[in-house]
Amino acid sequence: MEPLSIYQALSSRFKERILEISDKTIDPFAVIEPTALLDVCTFLRDDPELAMDCLSNQTGVDYKDRIEVVYHLFSYKHRHSCILKVKLPRDNPVVATVEGLWRSANWMEREIFDLLGVTFQGHSDLRRILMPEDWEGYPLRKDFVEPREYHGIATVRESPIVRLDQKKK
Amino acid sequence: MSLLNTLPDYVITTKTDELINWMRKSSLWYMLFGLACCAIELMHTGGPRADIERFGATPRASARQSDLMIIAGTLTLKMALRTRLLYDQMPDPKYIISMGSCSNCGGLFQLAYSVCDGVDKVLPVDVYVPGCPPRPEALTEGLLKLQEKIMSERWLARERANPAVA
Repeated sequence: MEPLSIYQALSSRFKERILEISDKTIDPFAVIEPTALLDVCTFLRDDPELAMDCLSNQTGVDYKDRIEVVYHLFSYKHRHSCILKVKLPRDNPVVATVEGLWRSANWMEREIFDLLGVTFQGHSDLRRILMPEDWEGYPLRKDFVEPREYHGIATVRESPIVRLDQKKK
Repeated sequence: MSLLNTLPDYVITTKTDELINWMRKSSLWYMLFGLACCAIELMHTGGPRADIERFGATPRASARQSDLMIIAGTLTLKMALRTRLLYDQMPDPKYIISMGSCSNCGGLFQLAYSVCDGVDKVLPVDVYVPGCPPRPEALTEGLLKLQEKIMSERWLARERANPAVA
């Protein structure tokens, strides 16, 4: 199936819970209401016509006014794929985990939590995965400010050229 | 000189410092420790073509058996703490070669939020090897420079010869 016909099938089943279908980009995508995510994903995985058995990628984007979580699904049976997006408020991004549907979501959701601060409700082990456990803030957010030091290690390095200039004066 | 002249041919005289330093520089066991792409060049340096085993440097899998730590690659802040722990586990005398731009000053990634800009912020570095990554020849040169430095050490001196200040 082509992605657009997949989205059409979703749209006819879930009606207004599918917020938007876009074919303007190279890869068409569907935007879903966050509360409908689990229903839509379960349908995508279990419907024999769709059979999306692989969550090949899951990622997050900070758009300054919202945070999006993007799901790239693939079906090994039918060799087709689709992209789902969920728009979340920036101040409290919470969405249900899809770990129960695809186990590969476990680490990818931990990464999104680590770098963007999205909370995945129902996740079995929501800890930081890349950054140190005592790190503060979410580094891939647009308004992240780098701390001046970490455990006594300064995070900025003076340019040696600037230092030479100062010595001349 | 009169005493020396009376010694038979098979007796060699030297200074304690020189003997100890010569032994130390001739068995610089380095830790098997690679952080990023420089580690590939590090492996190459230990391989048959550059072969730093000629100079007595052989990889050890444990910090407790190593004399030399070659920081090969980008040091992240998370890894910096662990690197310091590994350094503390090494027995004295211990040396550090900072290999490549990333461990020298953060290199290409020094503006990244997660990168420690230079290993000298955490540990005292003996030799900096420039390059991105340095070729095996460059690292071999770095090792030879370190051996030169070791030869200038004094046994009774409390401090090592000019460790770069952290």
